[in-house]
Amino acid sequence: MTRQGSGGEGSAIKLEHVTKSFDDHKVLDDVSIDVEDGSAFCLLGRSGTGKSVTLKHIIGLLRPDAGRVFVRGKDVAALSGRALSDVRRSMGFLFQNAALFDSITVGENVAFPLRRHTDWPDSKVRDTARAKLAEVGLEDDYDKMPGELSGGMRKRAGLARAMALDPDILLVDEPSAGLDPITAREIDDLLVERKKSGTTLVVVTHDIPSARHIGDELAVLHDGRVIARGTAEELDKSDDEIVRAFMKSQGGG
Amino acid sequence: MLVRLGDLILSLLAWVGDVALFGARALYDAFLPPYELKEIWRQVFEIGWRSLPLIALSGFAIGVVLSMHTRASLERFGAEAMIPAGLAIALIRETGPLTAGLLVSGRVGAGIGAELGAMKVTEQIDALEAVAVDSFKYLAVTRILACIIAMPLLTAVIDFCGIFGGYVAESTISGMSAQLYFHRAFSIVEFTDFLPATLKTMVFGFIIGTVSSYLGFTTTQGTEGVGRTSTSSVVLSSICIILINVVLVKLIFFVFPVKA
Repeated sequence: MTRQGSGGEGSAIKLEHVTKSFDDHKVLDDVSIDVEDGSAFCLLGRSGTGKSVTLKHIIGLLRPDAGRVFVRGKDVAALSGRALSDVRRSMGFLFQNAALFDSITVGENVAFPLRRHTDWPDSKVRDTARAKLAEVGLEDDYDKMPGELSGGMRKRAGLARAMALDPDILLVDEPSAGLDPITAREIDDLLVERKKSGTTLVVVTHDIPSARHIGDELAVLHDGRVIARGTAEELDKSDDEIVRAFMKSQGGG
Repeated sequence: MLVRLGDLILSLLAWVGDVALFGARALYDAFLPPYELKEIWRQVFEIGWRSLPLIALSGFAIGVVLSMHTRASLERFGAEAMIPAGLAIALIRETGPLTAGLLVSGRVGAGIGAELGAMKVTEQIDALEAVAVDSFKYLAVTRILACIIAMPLLTAVIDFCGIFGGYVAESTISGMSAQLYFHRAFSIVEFTDFLPATLKTMVFGFIIGTVSSYLGFTTTQGTEGVGRTSTSSVVLSSICIILINVVLVKLIFFVFPVKA
């Protein structure tokens, strides 16, 4: 069943009053955000404030207890089967721990979405996967197993897999975590390039300089609620002490 | 005390219900596209082919031991000539299928439980969903079908290896020729002895695949949870096989009554 949203049109992604609890712990509390098509939206906040949970709602891995999540006007929680699959195919997701399939090589991880969703010949699939790995600096690691990579390399391989189908929307959970500063900037630049080519980005990060570099709009999540949103400059001048403190952290201010 | 016992029974029934629904959904989904034939074939190889050494060796050893026991019993009645037939009937009708079921539940059940459990706690199952792949179908349905396909084949192997083991033991002790041994072994074995007993192991395969996949998909609490899932997969699928076997044997006797 595909239910068209009442308020989802015009935005690539829109969350309306989303609430989510695990057991008795409320992780998201009346969260509303919308992300313009082709823009980069950075979700900031301390650990455990519900940032990753928000991303998982957008791709339909979690369903809200209350509220609605729209992706290009479609209510994700109301979708199932092929309709949900179609929405997911338009998105790429980088997991916080990369979540590479550890029984296949790094290259085959990247090739996996291509093999599933295209009828390309093997040579084209492999070439595309190699090109995606090259974008994240792992062109020589196609035949390695995920267990042979460092945490940062796994993260980059995860990003290559997320970008494999050239999705319209890229959901990225902590892109710079575990990376050295130079590689982290390269990944940021790659994400900016993606944005320039029309990809909508939703980036969860602790890295304030990275959020300033990538994000058109930033939001701060605190105790499951969005306590501030706007451009980096607007958040720098926020009346909320938590927001200002967050923006000044890591030499960000 | 009674309340706690009641709670325990209720939670057990709820678990059985959840597993049954999981299995029923798998059977239903198996008939819907995409059929994941490549992955099913890969799993048949993993589950079936890789279990062959264990199954063949165990079958051979069981055949040797059964032969020795049968000889010890039948010698008293001067009925040594019945040793090959008695062994073949015992192996084909019950010992082979049940042993194969328990061996596969140990090797494969633990493997499926641990693999899917690890995938669950490291978000690999979520990652499959994120790349628009139905994780239930890709991981659970394929493994359950592979278990259903592999079990009768492995049972046929354990039966054959058991009868061969019996021959090795018998030829060593009494010097019986291969021709005479196999002639006697299959003299009273009928189609209805082999087919129902072998095909019932498809139910064992369904149980092993379903229980271990269900436990893998519901794994929580990290590495410790994966270990628990692995153990529970073996224990619970073995118990289920032993219990269901009672019903299946009764059903087989009902449908194919033994001739006097």
